[in-house]
Amino acid sequence: MIAIIDYGVGNLFSLCSSFQKIGAEVTVTSDPEVISSAEKLILPGVGAFGDAMGKLRDSGLDTLIREQAKQGKPIMGICLGMQMLFEKSYEYGEHEGLGLLKGSVIPMEGRIPAELKIPHIGWNALHFQKESRLFRYIKENDCVYFVHSYYADNCEESVIATAEYGAELTAAVEMGNVMGCQFHPEKSGEVGLNILRAFSAMEEFA
Amino acid sequence: MITKRIIPCLDIKNGRVVKGVNFQGLSDVSSPVELARYYSACGADELVFYDITASFEGRKLFTDILCQVASEIFIPLTVGGGINTVEDFDRVLKCGADKVSVNSGAIRNPELIRDAAQKYGNQCVVLSADVKRVDGQFRVFAKGGREDTGMEAIGWIKQGVALGAGEVVVNSIDTDGVKGGFDIEMLQAVCDAVNVPVIASGGAGAVSHFTDLFQAIPDIDAALAASVFHFGQIKIPDLKQELKNNGIIVRL
Repeated sequence: MIAIIDYGVGNLFSLCSSFQKIGAEVTVTSDPEVISSAEKLILPGVGAFGDAMGKLRDSGLDTLIREQAKQGKPIMGICLGMQMLFEKSYEYGEHEGLGLLKGSVIPMEGRIPAELKIPHIGWNALHFQKESRLFRYIKENDCVYFVHSYYADNCEESVIATAEYGAELTAAVEMGNVMGCQFHPEKSGEVGLNILRAFSAMEEFA
Repeated sequence: MITKRIIPCLDIKNGRVVKGVNFQGLSDVSSPVELARYYSACGADELVFYDITASFEGRKLFTDILCQVASEIFIPLTVGGGINTVEDFDRVLKCGADKVSVNSGAIRNPELIRDAAQKYGNQCVVLSADVKRVDGQFRVFAKGGREDTGMEAIGWIKQGVALGAGEVVVNSIDTDGVKGGFDIEMLQAVCDAVNVPVIASGGAGAVSHFTDLFQAIPDIDAALAASVFHFGQIKIPDLKQELKNNGIIVRL
């Protein structure tokens, strides 16, 4: 069973539906016991980094997620959830993240050409940087749907795909059992569903 | 690089698609769920559902439909029509919408844009404006384009973006329904004025109109249309292939 961690940010309807669509057993939960007994975890997230980390800390789920990840349980962060896997973020100040991946989250502003609009919103092509189990059912240059104004930087160790938007922005990461997508697989059509399929079936081709 | 988006718009009344649709292979041509599935499979980059129901019962049917669509179709969904309060945002976002477009509701109460953007983020708030030339000026119209508000359009759109709208849909009343092409002049004026994605609406009648639009205004992000898609005059895969042949980056 895959547990989508519900810590009070954002709407998990589409994410939950997308896993149901691919036939995965999924539950939306904030219950530490359910999270601990799940086979895999999804860390979603929308909104501001500081608020979201605050909510995770207030519920004590930050500690649990770190423990679960260290035990080797597959965990995938999505959008802000991916950013939270890193050490810190510079969105409205400086905030500590979960620290499961090396790197930090920085604003696009000032780092991409000024004529490009921020947020980076829309469909963009994935440029693979490394082989990944997550890409088993998709191919280079497949498009996925992005909505973000900040991106993960200094994460050469974990980056598996980028998207070109004035700079090569981190699009997906993987480091052992910890992985993440900056884009929204649950809004990226069949390509997105295929990434979720790969995550769901991961142990079968570990 | 980011792709140019092609967005079919579906008008929904009492849970049914309003404009006559005739596609082979669709058993129920006025079912929003079937049509959404069809468009998604054709390569639509996003879908807009516009609720033109006035009654409470109709609203309920609309949100039920939305939930059904969102549980089957995994591309971005934008919802508009009758959005007057932050509670209206909440109602449709809970059903799986990703963005909400405001029009008359924001004209009556511009703070709606700010309140919604603060609660859900700018990326969630789309300002939709119906614009028509009056006395040599771009003027904003309300109530589905029936009422001249007297407001100058570019100023209103800039205000909306400053309040937190993350995207703008510009529907030219002058070109809408004429099928003679998009309103390049009006859209260029809006693109010059704001730094958020601008979506062109009104006037699409042929594949070449989309090519003309994206070539004339490289800054435009997306094109929205209804009847040319619904009546099958333009097939989205053909349209996207033609755009690609003309050097425009699209998702195929």
